[in-house]
Amino acid sequence: MTKYIIKRLLIALPTLIGITIIDYAIMCFAGSPLEMMQGARISQAAVAAKEAALGLDKPFYIQYIMWLGQLLQGNMGFSIKSYEAVSSMIGSHLGPTLLLMGVSLIVSLIMSVPAGIYSAIHQYSKGDYAVVTASFFGSSIPGFFLSLLLVYIFNVTLGILPSGGMVTLGTSGGAGDVAAHMVMPVLVLSVSMAGTNIRYIRSAVLEILQQDYLRTARAKGIGRRSVIYKHALRNALVPIVTVIGMQIPVLFGGAVIVEQLFSWPGLGLMTMSAILNRDYPVIMGVCLLSAVVVLLANLVTDIVYAVVNPAIQYD
Amino acid sequence: MLENDGMDTKPLLQVEGLKKYYTAKSGIFSRNIGEIRAVDGVSFSIHKGETLGLVGESGCGKSTLGRQIVGLEQPTGGRILYKGRDLSHMRKPELKAIRTQLQMVFQDSYSSLNPRKHIFEILAEPMLYHGLADRNNIHQKVEYLLDLVGLAKNALGRYPHEFSGGQRQRIGIAKALSLNPSLLVCDEPVSALDVSIQAQILNLLKNLQKELDLTSIFIGHGLGAVNYVSDRIAVMYLGQIVELADSRELFDHPLHPYSKALFDAVPLADPRTRKRLGGGVIEGEAEILPGPGEGCPFYPRCPRRSRECSAAKMELRPASEGSSHLVSCIHAGQEGVD
Amino acid sequence: MSHILEVSDLEVSFSGDGGKNISVDHISFYVDPGEVVCIVGESGCGKSVTSLSIMGLLGRGGSVTSGRVLFEGKNLLAMTEKELDQIRGDRLTMIFQDPLTSLNPVFTIGNQMTESIRAHMGLGKEEAAVRALMLLKKVGLPDAAAVMRRYPHLLSGGMRQRVMIAMALSCSPSLLVADEPTTALDVTIQAQIMELILELKEELGMSVLLITHDMGLVAQMADRVLVMYAGQMIEQAPVLELFDHPAHPYTKALLRSVPGIMDRRDRVLESIEGMVPEQYDMITGCRFADRCPYRRDICGRPQIDRMIRHSHLVRCCRAGEVESDAGK
Repeated sequence: MTKYIIKRLLIALPTLIGITIIDYAIMCFAGSPLEMMQGARISQAAVAAKEAALGLDKPFYIQYIMWLGQLLQGNMGFSIKSYEAVSSMIGSHLGPTLLLMGVSLIVSLIMSVPAGIYSAIHQYSKGDYAVVTASFFGSSIPGFFLSLLLVYIFNVTLGILPSGGMVTLGTSGGAGDVAAHMVMPVLVLSVSMAGTNIRYIRSAVLEILQQDYLRTARAKGIGRRSVIYKHALRNALVPIVTVIGMQIPVLFGGAVIVEQLFSWPGLGLMTMSAILNRDYPVIMGVCLLSAVVVLLANLVTDIVYAVVNPAIQYD
Repeated sequence: MLENDGMDTKPLLQVEGLKKYYTAKSGIFSRNIGEIRAVDGVSFSIHKGETLGLVGESGCGKSTLGRQIVGLEQPTGGRILYKGRDLSHMRKPELKAIRTQLQMVFQDSYSSLNPRKHIFEILAEPMLYHGLADRNNIHQKVEYLLDLVGLAKNALGRYPHEFSGGQRQRIGIAKALSLNPSLLVCDEPVSALDVSIQAQILNLLKNLQKELDLTSIFIGHGLGAVNYVSDRIAVMYLGQIVELADSRELFDHPLHPYSKALFDAVPLADPRTRKRLGGGVIEGEAEILPGPGEGCPFYPRCPRRSRECSAAKMELRPASEGSSHLVSCIHAGQEGVD
Repeated sequence: MSHILEVSDLEVSFSGDGGKNISVDHISFYVDPGEVVCIVGESGCGKSVTSLSIMGLLGRGGSVTSGRVLFEGKNLLAMTEKELDQIRGDRLTMIFQDPLTSLNPVFTIGNQMTESIRAHMGLGKEEAAVRALMLLKKVGLPDAAAVMRRYPHLLSGGMRQRVMIAMALSCSPSLLVADEPTTALDVTIQAQIMELILELKEELGMSVLLITHDMGLVAQMADRVLVMYAGQMIEQAPVLELFDHPAHPYTKALLRSVPGIMDRRDRVLESIEGMVPEQYDMITGCRFADRCPYRRDICGRPQIDRMIRHSHLVRCCRAGEVESDAGK
């Protein structure tokens, strides 16, 4: 197992570098940040000077190597727009995103796992149809629509939840305040994730229920509860772990829209503005972080598989 | 080796020292830690018109051997001589023509027939591709094939899943025969069928052998079935042939300890021959271990082993002077008949 | 002495897309203490369904629509799931065809063995483990302690089937139902397993209901034989009687279509023409009629069981003639 982990980590490095090269190349083709800064009153000379200062006049692979060189020294660069250090920008926005992501993941699991399992065990019952229908709604409703709907209901009409931001303006916050601000964005994120998860877990558990070893368990007379809650569910951990592993990268990027709508000060918001401003260093910083998260999430998922299901072995 | 009885004595197929080794890997960089010797030095020959049976339990290599003969797997060592010509040193165009003469009938008819093609296509395609038929006579030829295997003409427009296991096996046989092969390798053709259907297919194969003067290799683990269709039978264990003899002679006088144990273990359909199975039951299970192979592969489980067995050079020898009953056990023929 | 198992008039049907299919059509048989009874038949004849319905293990869509299954005097079909659970795994146990898929891949052998011991015998963890170890040794597994800690996929097919047997016999079984337990195994391993079952049967004084399609196995293992065809039980007899005087045309043809290693070179294998009819539950008369060389018009009417000689039951109106031809 250790060999396997080392092998994966070794492969991860060139993968990361490959990803950053592609990201950088795409960005360069998208255009120069200076295009965003130009206006009628800025002379060509000033633009050219700025370009040289930022190193943008050099070919993209030189720029990339410069960036990489800086990175290896621990310097992620500075935002072209705000001159703030990228690492501190990411640092300050990471917290809220992690909070939103983490809570949404947990809530969606609380919703989808029991529902998916119940649905599979009571297949074709009314409860099953209700759950499946609900899951279709959940995954089909567009995020922005649900957000606006919730804002309309809970903020505009009922006035019980704040419409945006992480803390109430002017106050320093506090757990309760943050929690109130989190309710709607978390709901939007977890409902859509749960929609997909329920269907996946349901079909995985259905397949498990067909397995021969459950028949053996029943033949041993250990009781229905044991058969389902011990034998079946233990095998259901594999698909559940899969689901969690799949969600993490999705959450990372997919919260962008929700963060916009609720003005949640997370990475999504920051990345959007960076993209609109062609703010290279920030974009690269986020891409790098994103790639690392995905690779790690995949590796951890694979390790957890082996722990959860002894029949899975890596040499 | 070969007996000159005045007929054409050149064998149709000769296999010499055939080997198929798979490498076992381990470690971060998938280092090779040893070889799995699926087929480990097999030699025999078959004459035109005869049927050779290959029996043995899982892991003995009989399927791998069959696949090497028809070219579905490349040997790691040894030679296959078809009509005296070495197949492993042939160039592609030559090989292509010869391949049509070596055909295979598979065990699982369901997965060896393309589910998206109807029977006419399945049977016609190979003949058209190899130029054995053209648009004018293809229908005739396909109908002839169906007739040969006992299927009705209305089968032509249907798809494999519409047929039963036995019927699909007939289609598989028809397909194999469509290219007029000289040698037919049947890899467990009846193992997946019900008992009463097995009899139908076995009879079909036996009749076809006579009608078409086919030479065939019948690979099976059902000893009774192999006995029914084979003239000679080879017993394989862990990649080697341990005994080779005429069918009746083999079952009446098995000489190798493994053959004896194997035949003892087969439940006979006669309650009067009921014996405590414990008499011949051998302990343990066959395991293919990677590593250098020396001596007799049956050594760990053999009730008659001696020290020489673990280092002896393995080869098939006649049981007695001039006999066509070959056995690889160095103790064979030394003790009295059991 | 009363029967350990008595099945009367059992009917099992499956509701599929095309409505209900009757898969087992009013069969009756019994098993006495200490005997080995074989149910033999080809695929689709209903033998597996019979064994599953005795154990109450029918899957989705299948249900027993009539009949009675008396086990040690009590009707299993009238019991609740809970009551059935007390008997299953304890006095009435089952082993299945594919030992790999029949064992849960995520639990150790020890875990799966002690489970039923603790459920039925009320032993604590330690005591149950001791008993499990003893059972594994009894079924001939070398290094039983190591096997306890292993997961199923690390054992070979033969070893897994021994574990299944050990599990089935872990409490106090009086009847073992074995559904094609050696079909997936090599013949030498099959011999070991069958030998083991016979030994344990003697030692524990239990009965065995063996489901198989292998006539050789039937000849070697059975005290009595039940032949099934297309959902019906068409012949029942003690084993010598059945092989010497098969009375039903199907049985006779089946025995003649099995190739053996002791056959002479000139033996002709007789095959049964045709196939098992698809919608066989729609047939009112004899289901074998369209493949039967003895058929007459009378065969189109519903057939009844006839007792010919002592304890030899056959469902065929032409049985007498079949018998007198048997010598040929």
